[in-house]
Amino acid sequence: MDRRSFLATGASGIAAVTFAPHLAFAAAATDRRFLFVIQRGAADGLAILAPTGDPGFAGLRPQLGAEAANGTKLDAMFTLHPALKQVAAMTAAKQALLVHAVASPYRDRSHFDGQNVLETGGALPYRMRDGWMNRLVRTMPDNPQAIAFAPTVPPALRGSARVASYAPSNLPAAGEDLMIRVGDLYANDAQLGPLWNEALQARTKAGDLATGRGAVAAGALAARMMKGPGGARIGMVETDGWDTHTAQRGRLNAQLTGLDAVLAAFRDGLGEDWNNTLVLVATEFGRTARENGTGGTDHGTGSTAFLLGGAVAGGKVVADWPGLAPTALYEARDLKPTINLDALIATALGQHFGQDPARMAQMLFPDTGSAPLRQKLVLS
Amino acid sequence: MRDLLFAQNRFGLGPRGGQPAETGDGREWVEAQLGQRLAGLDDVPTRSEAAEALIAYREERRDARQNRMDMPAAMPAGGTMASLAPASMMAPAPAANPAGAARRAARPPELAAARRDQRELYLRAVDARVGAALTTPTPFLERMAHFWANHFAVGATKMTTVGYAGLLELEAIRPNLTGSFADLLFAVERHPAMLLYLDQAQSVGPNSLAGERAGLRGRDVGLNENLAREILELHTLGVRTGYSQSDVTEFARALTGWTVAGIGRGPMQRRLSGQSGDFTFAEALHEPGARTILSKRYGEDGEGQARAVLRDLAVHPATARHVATKLARHFIADDPPPAAVARVERAFLTSRGDLPTVYRALIEAPEAWQADRPKFRNPWEWTIASLRALDLPAPPAQRAVGLLQELGMPVWRPASPAGFDDIAASWAGPDALVRRVEAAGRFATAAGQGVDARALAPGVLGARLSNATATAISRAESPATGLALLLVSPEFLRR
Repeated sequence: MDRRSFLATGASGIAAVTFAPHLAFAAAATDRRFLFVIQRGAADGLAILAPTGDPGFAGLRPQLGAEAANGTKLDAMFTLHPALKQVAAMTAAKQALLVHAVASPYRDRSHFDGQNVLETGGALPYRMRDGWMNRLVRTMPDNPQAIAFAPTVPPALRGSARVASYAPSNLPAAGEDLMIRVGDLYANDAQLGPLWNEALQARTKAGDLATGRGAVAAGALAARMMKGPGGARIGMVETDGWDTHTAQRGRLNAQLTGLDAVLAAFRDGLGEDWNNTLVLVATEFGRTARENGTGGTDHGTGSTAFLLGGAVAGGKVVADWPGLAPTALYEARDLKPTINLDALIATALGQHFGQDPARMAQMLFPDTGSAPLRQKLVLS
Repeated sequence: MRDLLFAQNRFGLGPRGGQPAETGDGREWVEAQLGQRLAGLDDVPTRSEAAEALIAYREERRDARQNRMDMPAAMPAGGTMASLAPASMMAPAPAANPAGAARRAARPPELAAARRDQRELYLRAVDARVGAALTTPTPFLERMAHFWANHFAVGATKMTTVGYAGLLELEAIRPNLTGSFADLLFAVERHPAMLLYLDQAQSVGPNSLAGERAGLRGRDVGLNENLAREILELHTLGVRTGYSQSDVTEFARALTGWTVAGIGRGPMQRRLSGQSGDFTFAEALHEPGARTILSKRYGEDGEGQARAVLRDLAVHPATARHVATKLARHFIADDPPPAAVARVERAFLTSRGDLPTVYRALIEAPEAWQADRPKFRNPWEWTIASLRALDLPAPPAQRAVGLLQELGMPVWRPASPAGFDDIAASWAGPDALVRRVEAAGRFATAAGQGVDARALAPGVLGARLSNATATAISRAESPATGLALLLVSPEFLRR
């Protein structure tokens, strides 16, 4: 018996996973899928979706603003960053909805607090102990599989619903005998036993992509794990490196090239399932409207979020544009948020999974009392 | 319970197998180390080597750019080593990104060599750190060096910091472990690694001489508030402790002028005094005038202004609370008992941050000696404890770096200035666990057939060795499997 077949057998032996009690939701089973791509480090929405039609933009961004000249002009106001070629194609195909001047309820400028609010869905940092994606799993009636594409589970997915995690490893595989014995050793450990079972299941499914590297491989891996009737229906990918205090132009270009590749590889890998899929790309907060003295930007407030996928009612920018005049800026320095990220997420997920967005908001963000948006974000 | 083995696991780096078992009182064992200093390390890189390597790298990159105007997307200034990647899936090694691969292939050999030289410095520093952790006569102090290096995290994640990151721990932290927190703080915030990592070396006062000159020429140079913010949020007061955005900005203004000679990036670089790669204060970059920070006015001139702010921050009650909480989390529990935090905090305040006094309060906390509340070892702690338990020599630095990357905790490369997390939820993941099993298999193979896990287990785990683990080890099909099981047993994964 080789390692793969051992793992497959081992996994089937532990398939009866105990889930936490589910919240009663009346929705039918669905094959719709949701992937959250988090941008850790505060991505600069004003560079990603540049408001080139705003009269204040060029003055605030004398150096950085030049990048937009090569971008994709979406309407009279907004230009998409040139590195986002696939996102531009998705927008043209009405499969991308780009949202601007959006922010979570968090209004200070600490990455760690900001990410905590973004992931737990609380009104304040550390108010809630579980993550909104974990609560999402619990609103769904048929035990959808949820997976983090990371060695450990990020805060957004932590909570009482069981969640898998998987990331490729370069280490040599352990022998089959050792794997079996470790499973025995952890059987009675309340922390390690469940983790071990999750790990074996995820490894079985990953198969040959397990050694893949880089952005394309990451997108392809996520697609492989979420594709088809047995695939996970909730997933999360973490990306680092958005904290561009200096030399932003080159670094952001590299970041966005990678993000574009992840998204395209995910789309291509899903095949038909892309039509039933919603992808959210979001960050903890934006960056200062004015570029700083070192070719970068500092911590700000409003930024962008993307909704992508075949299920999205896309093809345009959604924004209640606050403007960049000095008096329009938040605390005279940041893009003022005019769309609540919680409301955006609850609305999109409510529409996507056929549930009442107001109830979805109540379940996922009970702390913030966000009212859903009126727009149609996802095709029914 | 003052069991020596317990103390070695919780306050030290784990017992060493293959040595005669030590005896004595656990608390005395820890306390005896407080009056000592860490021994110096052999063959560590110097900061002049790091500066030379960085300057050479930049020169090669400039030449490469000039020679290849057709390749505009070369490594951006200050670019990240591994740019966007699904964080945890990214090795420092090549991405499956065709454009990146083409760029690497087209890189001139001189530039590749300059990058290698920088990485070599990083590897030498890692080598020194691993070697010290395996052989140190003062494991508690060694552990404190790791703790503070993470508290004052500097990431070897930009080309400007690859060669420098380890130097912060070697030069600023290790010599200041048993002094005052204020001395430690000064040493860290003035260290070139920190000034480069948090962009301070490039910050310019808008109304300074350099700022005004640049303004006249239409160049936009100015303030970068990164270091000021992280000092307040991460290094001293802690987040949400009452400072405002204007405190951050004012502190950033006070810090202008604190830079690195020869390798900073701002204007005036050519005119800075001092040895390339050393801290220097540049009056021409400093924002003139008095500052008000946390309601206190700082009228000092020049370099002394930020120094006065740091002096106040070092003994601020919020700093005492922040440091006490982190120490208690590290040594006692993920959610540290409030009573223990309060005692450590009080020791910090009454001694004005005298570190041995603070450590003593921690060691005396009864909560730190409760065996039923173990901490989950992070990947670094687990790797070091494994190598010590099997009495293995330090692996080549290149391999240690790769291993710790796979386990999710690459040395001096946290994803952010907050450093690595210190709670089980961040390390006890499904996939992380399989990786430890794979790594344990490798350690066990390296230890060879000569070590008997059945005999070793009681000496490493002591009273914590469970019947289940002892039985599993005794039934293993080979000596290597037995050793691997010991390393991944629930008891060994925790300290």
